[in-house]
Amino acid sequence: MKIAVCVKQVPEGTKRIDRATMRLDRSGEGALNGFDAHAVEEALRVKDAAGGGEIVLVSMGPSKAADALRKALAMGADRSVLVTDDAAAGADLVGTSRVLAAVLEREQPDLVLFGQQAADADGAVLWSAVAERLRRPVISQVAELTVADGKARGKRQTEFGYDVIEATLPAVVAVSDAINEPRYPSLKGIMGAKSKPQETLTLADLGVEAGAKTEVLALSDPPPRGDTTKIEDDGDAAAKLVEFLAERRLL
Amino acid sequence: MSTLVFLEHHDGEIQKGALGVLAKAAQLGDASGVLIGSGVRSLTDQAGKHGASKVFVADDAALDAPLPQPRVDVLASLVRDQGFDTVLFAASVLAADVAAGLAARLDAGLNWDLADLAEQDGRLVGKRPALGDSVFVDVGWGDGPKLALFRSGTFDPVETGGSAQVEDATVSLEEHSKAATMIEQAHAESEGPNLEEAEVIVAGGRGLGGPENFTLVEELAKALGGAVGATRAVVDAGWYPYSTQIGQTGKTVAPKLYVACGISGAIQHKVGMQSSGTIVAINKDPNAPIFEFADFGVVGDIHQVVPKLTELVRERRGG
Repeated sequence: MKIAVCVKQVPEGTKRIDRATMRLDRSGEGALNGFDAHAVEEALRVKDAAGGGEIVLVSMGPSKAADALRKALAMGADRSVLVTDDAAAGADLVGTSRVLAAVLEREQPDLVLFGQQAADADGAVLWSAVAERLRRPVISQVAELTVADGKARGKRQTEFGYDVIEATLPAVVAVSDAINEPRYPSLKGIMGAKSKPQETLTLADLGVEAGAKTEVLALSDPPPRGDTTKIEDDGDAAAKLVEFLAERRLL
Repeated sequence: MSTLVFLEHHDGEIQKGALGVLAKAAQLGDASGVLIGSGVRSLTDQAGKHGASKVFVADDAALDAPLPQPRVDVLASLVRDQGFDTVLFAASVLAADVAAGLAARLDAGLNWDLADLAEQDGRLVGKRPALGDSVFVDVGWGDGPKLALFRSGTFDPVETGGSAQVEDATVSLEEHSKAATMIEQAHAESEGPNLEEAEVIVAGGRGLGGPENFTLVEELAKALGGAVGATRAVVDAGWYPYSTQIGQTGKTVAPKLYVACGISGAIQHKVGMQSSGTIVAINKDPNAPIFEFADFGVVGDIHQVVPKLTELVRERRGG
């Protein structure tokens, strides 16, 4: 079983937008996107259940993203491929999905895993675009995954309850953070990660362009909320609250 | 501007969020809708009444399960054959996957999490609150079709009383679109409206003290005719099901009224509910961050305030 896990490096700590470039400031420390750790953990479980295989991490980002990848290698992934190229810096969904799909075409995994969202851009759509480019089936928001007999079966939550969806391999699966508790890398894992293969590619190596079909036009501050009221309960707070709701015609 | 709106439906009704997006599209110009599924032809009336001048219908047994990829096939053909320049979606688990798949298929720009859409100087501009809504971003599109996903509850449906011209859409599925199968389909598990569509939500957090105290929240929700939500903290603790979770890793809601009981207001939770019309918070900790963005805050004991509130609301509402 060959599994690819798409992971992202996200800025650590408080995030801010660089007002000059109107892009997220990525100059500080980076970390492995927390949601992606669940996808790495699930890959380790699927590999164990299959009795072996290989887990390759696939990422696009600045060269320092190699550090975030090393954390996922320390968890137990086998090697990583990082696409890093100045020309990819402003890539949007269309561009990023094209680049990741190009790497995945080279790797030909049986299963591609994603985390449920990027913690920085709040994006929760990439897997579907990548699946489309690979022409493979996709299951998203998966909270329980079993891979057997050439199929992936996922239980996932929607607005209406739980679906169970089955897809033939090769397939793309995005997992929710309810699926597992990611392990902490062991000391042995951390030491071992340093000698695991970390490949770096440019867009030219892949023969693709990143690009974007969306753009940021302007930034502004959100409107402040109106007047607010805060009271201490002296036994009549419920009555005051009901009056407030009635005034706003909410009852 | 020729706009197509993805009309998601469930249990024989078009989703309220999709009808809201349709109203917005109709306000900006001529709006068509598309219904994809099995036995969905009867929903064309509802679409016409809510502002669609034309409704495309892809009605096929192969489209019965709400899976994204067959819907990408239908939409891609429609955009190519009919020349739509804009395709709009109300955010949902299904719609997000459909929109992103379509973006890749058409190499088209997709902006998501939009809170508004406007035409400015002849170009389409999306409004997107970002980074926990601390900044508003104006976003645009490059050449080719413009795709957009709106935050749930962004627009209210508007009944125009019109009727739509109905046309069949081509259904021709790609091989990979047939490689996923719905084994078991979700049906609403909890009573009452689902969270994204609820006009009133009463939510409970760790400040309730224990799972047994969720009955206080449920009783108030019932009195207000609303749905029950929960924070990640109490879902992780096993007090309440994950399907009710509101926040960054749960659902994003924007009801007219949001009542937070024993909720501190962590960012994880805030981003999922701060677009609510009116926010009421009841918490015993006067320093809880929720009071910074609540319209009406009560510093008090949940066990005193909430039952009293439930009783008074019942009296007011005559039941």
